[in-house]
Amino acid sequence: MAATTAPIASIGSYAARRERRKAIAYGVFFLLVALAIFFFFVRNSAPGMESTFKLNPTTKEKVIQLGDLVLPTYQTLLVLATVVGLLGLYQIMRGFKRVVLVLGLVALLFVFAFLVWAVRDKSINLLGILTFTVAAATPIAFGAMSGVMCERSGVVNIAIEGMMLTGAMVAVIVASISGNLWLGLAGAVLISGLLGVFLAILAIHFRVDQIIAGTAINIFALGITSFISQRFMQPNPALNSGGVFSKVAIPGLSQIPIIGPVFFNQSPIVYILFLTIIAIHFMLFYTRWGLRTRAVGEHPSAADTLGVNVFKIRYVNVIIGGMIAGVGGAYFTIGSVGRFDEAITAGKGFIGLAAMIFGRWNPFGAYGASLIFGFSDALQARLQVLGKTQVPIPSEWLLILPYLVTMIVLAGVVGKTVAPAADGKPYTKD
Amino acid sequence: MSEATTPSAPAEAKDALPEVKNTRLRDAILYPILAVFTALVIGAILILVTDKAVVNAWLNFFDDPAGALRLTAQTVGKAYGAMFNGALNIGGIIQGIGAMLRGEGTQQLAIALVPLSESLTQSVPYIFAGLAVAFAFQGGLFNIGGEGQMLVGALCSVYVGFKVTGMPWFIHLPLAMMAGIAGGAIWAGIVGALKAYTGAHEVINSIMMNWIAIILSSWLLKVGGPLARPDVPVTPPVLDTAWIPRLFDTPGNRFHAGFFLALFVVWLVWWILYKSTLGFQIRMVGANPKAARYSGINVKRLWIAIMAISGSLAGTAGMVQTLAVDRWVGVGFSAGMGFDAIALALLGRNHPVGVLLAALLFGTLKNGATRMQSVAQIPVDIITIVIALVIVFIAAPEIIRAIYRLPKASVEEGPVFTKGWGS
Repeated sequence: MAATTAPIASIGSYAARRERRKAIAYGVFFLLVALAIFFFFVRNSAPGMESTFKLNPTTKEKVIQLGDLVLPTYQTLLVLATVVGLLGLYQIMRGFKRVVLVLGLVALLFVFAFLVWAVRDKSINLLGILTFTVAAATPIAFGAMSGVMCERSGVVNIAIEGMMLTGAMVAVIVASISGNLWLGLAGAVLISGLLGVFLAILAIHFRVDQIIAGTAINIFALGITSFISQRFMQPNPALNSGGVFSKVAIPGLSQIPIIGPVFFNQSPIVYILFLTIIAIHFMLFYTRWGLRTRAVGEHPSAADTLGVNVFKIRYVNVIIGGMIAGVGGAYFTIGSVGRFDEAITAGKGFIGLAAMIFGRWNPFGAYGASLIFGFSDALQARLQVLGKTQVPIPSEWLLILPYLVTMIVLAGVVGKTVAPAADGKPYTKD
Repeated sequence: MSEATTPSAPAEAKDALPEVKNTRLRDAILYPILAVFTALVIGAILILVTDKAVVNAWLNFFDDPAGALRLTAQTVGKAYGAMFNGALNIGGIIQGIGAMLRGEGTQQLAIALVPLSESLTQSVPYIFAGLAVAFAFQGGLFNIGGEGQMLVGALCSVYVGFKVTGMPWFIHLPLAMMAGIAGGAIWAGIVGALKAYTGAHEVINSIMMNWIAIILSSWLLKVGGPLARPDVPVTPPVLDTAWIPRLFDTPGNRFHAGFFLALFVVWLVWWILYKSTLGFQIRMVGANPKAARYSGINVKRLWIAIMAISGSLAGTAGMVQTLAVDRWVGVGFSAGMGFDAIALALLGRNHPVGVLLAALLFGTLKNGATRMQSVAQIPVDIITIVIALVIVFIAAPEIIRAIYRLPKASVEEGPVFTKGWGS
């Protein structure tokens, strides 16, 4: 007995030591962030500077007006650096219970410090940034929802990018021909659903490795959209001018300060997203179909034994997933710029996949993650406007941010993520 | 596989072995050929249904059935004929040989050989990129980041190529080559390290690294950017001391020594994979990482090595293209080649020689497609579609089997990459 308990005890203390080391590492990291705020931001500003954040929409809408948020740059930055530093010290000495939340807080404070510094002696419309965040997060979130639908049932869908790209093109073509944006949207949903069928047949019926199947669809989408774009849309620009959904303010809700203009004065596609998120959440956790979907994603043979039709569940989920990706694709064209360009999706489908992982395969979590990615997009666009002297960083570097954040998320810095157990495994009925 | 590593099979299994091997060889040759053929047929159908004249002829089929069929054949013939001639120019070469035999000099033959040499030239980056993906596949990793690795390789080699001055060629050229190889290796090695130490899936990370490389390059290469000329969004030209030499001086013939480097690397990769201890370990990790770990292999370190070597091959693709063919780098450098490479690896069954053959085919197709675009106004993207279809048919051989009513293959095996996303 003694011989067996001794090593276990030492393993236990080893694990504890590892935990302790990890906790200290977090604390040191927080301290480094505090130092970064101090050296990069505090030292590059002076007392007397002011950072102005406007909180009212630039357009003339009836909202409750708010005063501008004016902060003394130097003092605010000093306070932020101190707060982050204290968090780091506490983490080293005592340790937070939920350090991941503190990590999020530190990241938020750092971004805020960066903003305060970037707009020293200038003003920026915070509301504008947030509105753009919601817009930029929309296609990413549709990608993430598509991923949630597929992967909860155990099928990895890396073809989201290709589905979106095809949807984007078909949406603008159909909208141009018919002159009806809703028909364009329907076209996008239909074509992406078809690609979903294709993925489902390859992955479920032929049991092709799902990443290879998805890659093939992505390449196919890239090829066919470029082909059609060059053969039809470039010689005939009338095919590439479908118009854009105009923003719709939801009466009542849109008049709430800050939240109203940010969330409830957007393109109809954004509202479709909200409904989709709620629907998927309800479907997954409160319906029989959702229970079966999750069962099939975690343990298909057990589900099969209980009489669940694994193949049917997977087929339907993948096809719906494809259709959701199509709506996201339509947002690129008839939701924002109104025209299709080759490779217009620019990897947003993959970022959506990362948002799904970041959100741990939960619809609301994935939307939160999409908003973070959207925010880094919005930040980049706004800071470019502020100019070089204000922010002496090439704007391209900020463009890299979403991709970098994705890699950091995947590396598990923000906590462990656990995929559905049967994710990616083809099911063979014996 | 070498003798030493094959466990001695039981007697009855030995008897069954030759038969299995035969069908395997047949599958390894027959399926890729049928896959490419079928993909080209679908490509032709796509050309037809997007051609207004052909579609109209078929809509009025009963008025003039012969005309519709003739127009169909003409359209496909024009497109693929242009592709075939643009890529190989066999007729021209025969005439050239005839001229030479008649004693009219070799000038005509030299010009006639340009399309064929260009096909080989275009194959060179495909060979390296295809090897990169196949090498990673053998180790059980999916390197979808060839695009970014090629770009980084090209940027590194072009930087050394124009920035380092006053060197003799035998120092400058190897230096520029090493820079490209190292750039690709590091770009992919990061992904390998992330997989090894955090469990993050290599596919998403490679794709992220692709976009980072593309954005960085658009910053470096924009007009007035750190690597660009002040007036145009391309780098300054590579100095001639860092050129990989071209072998012919006929105008338009860009065939270069890199082709032979590619052949050497095909052999080298084959040797590493099948004749070295490292290769054995790599294939073992690819077949079953758990078993490999229990047999004492450091799987994590090997993952990093596999990605780094794979990346160095992709970097070489960018490097050779830069130092031998373009001799400068502009935005949009690799143009989908990193993705085409996946098809190459699948088509060549991850075997270096198979990849070589597939790359020669793709180089020829790509070169011919450029001609097809100018003669028949068919966008070169048709080749991307064909490549995607080839991947589908290779990955799902049941489709090919169903179309051509082939018997079921004796051995079903395919690499598995879908194993969860991250830690």
